[in-house]
Amino acid sequence: MEQFLQQMVNGISLGSIYALIALGYTMVYGIIKLINFAHGDVYMIGAYVGFAVTTYANLGFFPALIISMASCAVLGIVVERIAYKPLRNSSRIAVLITAIGVSLLLEYVMMFFVGAEVRSYPKLLSDKAINLGNIVINMQQVYIVVTSVVLMIILQFIVNKTKIGKSMRAVSADKDAAQLMGIKVDKTISFTFAIGSALAGAGGVLVGIYYNSIDPLMGVMPGLKAFVAAVFGGIGSIPGAMIGGLSIGVMETLVSGYGNSMYRDAAVFAFLIIILILKPSGLLGKNTKEKV
Amino acid sequence: MLQIKNLNVHYGVIHALKDVNLTVNKGEIVTLIGANGAGKTTTLRTISGLNKATSGDIILEGTNITNLLAHQRVEMKVSQVPEGRRIFPEMSVLENLELGAFLRKDKNEIKKDIDHVYDLFPILGKRKKQTAGTLSGGEQQMLAMGRALMSRPKILLLDEPSMGLAPLLVREIFEIIKNINSTGTTILLVEQNARMALSIAHRAYVIETGSIVLSGTGEELSKSDEIQKAYLGGE
Repeated sequence: MEQFLQQMVNGISLGSIYALIALGYTMVYGIIKLINFAHGDVYMIGAYVGFAVTTYANLGFFPALIISMASCAVLGIVVERIAYKPLRNSSRIAVLITAIGVSLLLEYVMMFFVGAEVRSYPKLLSDKAINLGNIVINMQQVYIVVTSVVLMIILQFIVNKTKIGKSMRAVSADKDAAQLMGIKVDKTISFTFAIGSALAGAGGVLVGIYYNSIDPLMGVMPGLKAFVAAVFGGIGSIPGAMIGGLSIGVMETLVSGYGNSMYRDAAVFAFLIIILILKPSGLLGKNTKEKV
Repeated sequence: MLQIKNLNVHYGVIHALKDVNLTVNKGEIVTLIGANGAGKTTTLRTISGLNKATSGDIILEGTNITNLLAHQRVEMKVSQVPEGRRIFPEMSVLENLELGAFLRKDKNEIKKDIDHVYDLFPILGKRKKQTAGTLSGGEQQMLAMGRALMSRPKILLLDEPSMGLAPLLVREIFEIIKNINSTGTTILLVEQNARMALSIAHRAYVIETGSIVLSGTGEELSKSDEIQKAYLGGE
C-alpha cells in the first residue's frame, strides 16, 4: 500500500508535466487538426531557455519559468507562421510531414549550437523531503504539481471566459462559421500555438529541475508520451489532456515500480494501441452527431 | 446597397460562377433561386469572403469589398446565415448569440439585442442555457438567424433557411424573414424552395450552372412559364 501511494505521488508529478505538454498537442489539434510533432522539441527548447537564464543570468525559478514560457510562445508563433500557415489548404499529410521536419530541424539546430552532451540544471528549488508516514514527498514534486495546476486553471479561465478563448473554441468548432462572426482565424491560430508552446516551455523547465539533466533530444520521448496522453484523453479536449497526462504519468511509475522500468515506455505505447482499438475517440473525445 | 459585377469564381478547374451580375437595393428582399449545384451558395460565400473571386467586383454601399477579408466584411455589416446553420454545437444558445456580436463592444446594446432575438424567437429564450447541438433543426435555424442578427447587419445573407424543415416551420421562418426585413434589414435569400422564396421576395434572380439566366420581380417570375416548369412543379 505504501509503495502504491509512493508511486502515485511520483506518477502525479510526472503526469502533470505530461499534461502540460499534452495540452499543447490537443489545442493545436483542435484548431488546425494537426498533430504537431515538433511540440516535444518546443518543450526541449523551453528547458534550454530555462537552463540558460538560470545558469548564465542567475535568475530564480519564477523568472526562468516566465522567460521560458514567453520564448516558447514566440517560437510557437514563428513555427506556425513559417512552416504550417503556407500549408493551410494543403492535405493533412503534407502538414504532418512538415511537422516531423520542423521537429528534426529544432533538434539538430539545437545540437549544433549547444552540443549533444547532457547538461545539468542548477538547483533552483529545494529538494527537501517531506515524510508523511512512510511516503516521501519531495518539495520539487510539490512545486511541479502546484505550478502545473495553476497553469491549467489559468488556461481554463482563458479558454472559457475570455474573448480570445471564445474565438479559439469557435475556430476549433467551425472555421467558416467563426469567420462569419468576424473572428480573425489566423490570429486565433497564432494565439493557440503561443499558449500551447508556453505550456510546453513550462514543462521543459519543470523537467529540467526534476530530472536535473537536459539534452537536445530530450523532447522526443516525452513528446510522444504526451501525444499518447492527448489521444487517451480524447484529442481536441482540454480536460481530456489533463486527465490523460496524469494517467500516463501514473501508469508509467506503476509499471516501473511494480514491474520493470525497462518496460515503462513499451507499456505506454501498448496502451496507445489498446486505446486506438477500443476507443479511438478517447475518454472525452468529441463524437457529436449532426442533427438535420 | 449591394452590387455584384461580372463576378467569376473558380474551384480549381471548375468555373463555378460565370460573370454573375446582381443588385440588391436598400430595404429589399432579393432571392436567388436555382437547382442544387447552380452556384447559389458560392455566390453567398464569395460575398462573405469565404471564397475568393477570380475576377469581378463586389460593391457594398459604394465601397469595393472584393478584396477584404471575411472578418472585415462582418465589420462592414454583412452578415450570413450559412447553409446547414453552422451553429457552434458545443456552446450554449446564449454563447452562440454572444459570438454573433463578436466585433461589438457596446455591452448594454448587446444585451438589448439578445432580448430582441428572444422576442423574435421565444423558444431560444427558453433554451438559452441549453447546448446548441441539442436543439431541433428548426431551433438551430432560428439560432443561426438570431446569431447573424447580433452583428446588426445592414444586409443579411440567408442560405437555404428552409432546408430540412417541416412545411409549417418553413412558413414560420419565412414570416420571420419578412419581419426582419420590415424593420429595415436588407435581405439576400438563397433558396431551393422557389415557391416560398418568390412569395416573399421583391425581386428574384434565377441561377443555372453558374450563370444568372433570368431576373424580375417575385411576382413576374412566379408567373413565368419557364419558372413554373423548372422550379414550381407546374405543367
